Amino acid sequence: MKLEELRHGTELLKKGFAKMQKGGVIMDVTNAKQARIAEEAGAVAVMALHAVPADIRAAGGVARMADPAVILEIMDAVTIPVMAKVRIGHFVEAEILEALGVDTIDESEVLTPADEKYHIDKLRFTIPFVCGARDLGEALRRINEGAAMIRTKGEAGTGDVKEAVRHMRAIMGTIRELRGKTDEELLRVARDIDAPFELVKETAEMQRLPVVNFAAGGIATPADAALMMKMGADGVFVGSGVFKAESPEKMAKAIVEAVNNYDKPEVLAEISKGLGGAMKGLDTHTLSEDETLQTRGW
Amino acid sequence: MRVGIIALQGSVEEHVRAAERALSERGGGEAVSVKHAGIIPSCDAIILPGGESTTIGRLMLREGIADEIKSAAKGDVPILGTCAGLILLARYGDKQVEQTNQFLLELMNIHVTRNAFGRQRESFETPLKISVIGEKAFNAVFIRAPAITKVGENVEILAKCNGYIVAAKQDKLVALAFHPELTRDTRLHHFFFDLV
Repeated sequence: MKLEELRHGTELLKKGFAKMQKGGVIMDVTNAKQARIAEEAGAVAVMALHAVPADIRAAGGVARMADPAVILEIMDAVTIPVMAKVRIGHFVEAEILEALGVDTIDESEVLTPADEKYHIDKLRFTIPFVCGARDLGEALRRINEGAAMIRTKGEAGTGDVKEAVRHMRAIMGTIRELRGKTDEELLRVARDIDAPFELVKETAEMQRLPVVNFAAGGIATPADAALMMKMGADGVFVGSGVFKAESPEKMAKAIVEAVNNYDKPEVLAEISKGLGGAMKGLDTHTLSEDETLQTRGW
Repeated sequence: MRVGIIALQGSVEEHVRAAERALSERGGGEAVSVKHAGIIPSCDAIILPGGESTTIGRLMLREGIADEIKSAAKGDVPILGTCAGLILLARYGDKQVEQTNQFLLELMNIHVTRNAFGRQRESFETPLKISVIGEKAFNAVFIRAPAITKVGENVEILAKCNGYIVAAKQDKLVALAFHPELTRDTRLHHFFFDLV
């Protein structure tokens, strides 16, 4: 086998990587110990951060890419893929993460945006990107820029699932509305939701997003995770929900099992027993507009 | 023919569609998703998809599916493992496998190494020669792929890439380090279904 025949960073490889995450739970971790707990619980990947979103929210100030030393420590600690976040539009942070060998970049509204006009041109990177979205138009704009995976934005760091529910319903509902539409009608939809026609058409035909679609932003219990799976999520991200819980080990295992048994209420009941407290959380209605993270990006 | 796709985590949907495509090309059959115990005994063939082997292994044990797969193998039911599935089929793992207490079905006499080619940045596609499916190269998609470092008795090597064994067969067990379910080429599926 000649080395030059190996093709790296193709769309198939990026989107294929995301497909391998389906039916799984991706957990936010801030150090090697937490990463091992996540792996042991059965997480399919970890998101390496310097602080979980609830703490980022509480700390205020400018939130940036995590310290590469923290990310490397986490990469060394586990065998599952490691993802990390960059600020919206901050392509140099993304280049740094790619140089570190991170498996996926999350261009995330949890960090303070670096560019108020442009998201990162994700097509020119070898490794895949995941991006947040609140509706179908936003999801397809990100895919058009090269995102290999989408997640709902929800409202990170709150432990309140309602925004993730709102976003998943918006995406799935609009996809259902596309069913049976003619090309002229889809062209109109593409204009209305500000998304490329080809992607709107592909979504209409597939009756799902053309890339893997996870739920994120406010998932704090096994029932929350199962709810998102029932609504059509391919998997879930749990941010603060695990390591802000009373017993992270129990909560992490329970959420992994809940994603696998989301269609079995009697099993979910068993899984949900005696977990200790979930993260305290924050009702998103108490947040003022400038405290919400989901409005970052467009 | 009834093909059970282990549906705990990973590229399940893609495997179901690929199996259905191959089955329809050879006159029918059905592909069923196996999420819980009780379905495997009625299957004529089993596919272990790609995904995270640590996760699939743990869920397989918790759901009681692992024992069912082992008994099926004893009953000569063909089993195909792709990527994570290859790891699960193996008898011997590397340091990474040990470090994570990775569960193995221990069905094939092969030694595996996880993430043999590196991280996602190093994932690749390549035309692969697999003589048992014909002259034309197969577009093999390797995603954080494992590889076989050593084979024991009764194991036939089907393909190699960069010095590693990436496809092997032992009786009715087939292990692939790459993802045929991500392409439209069904030749490996037919090779596998011929074992039924």
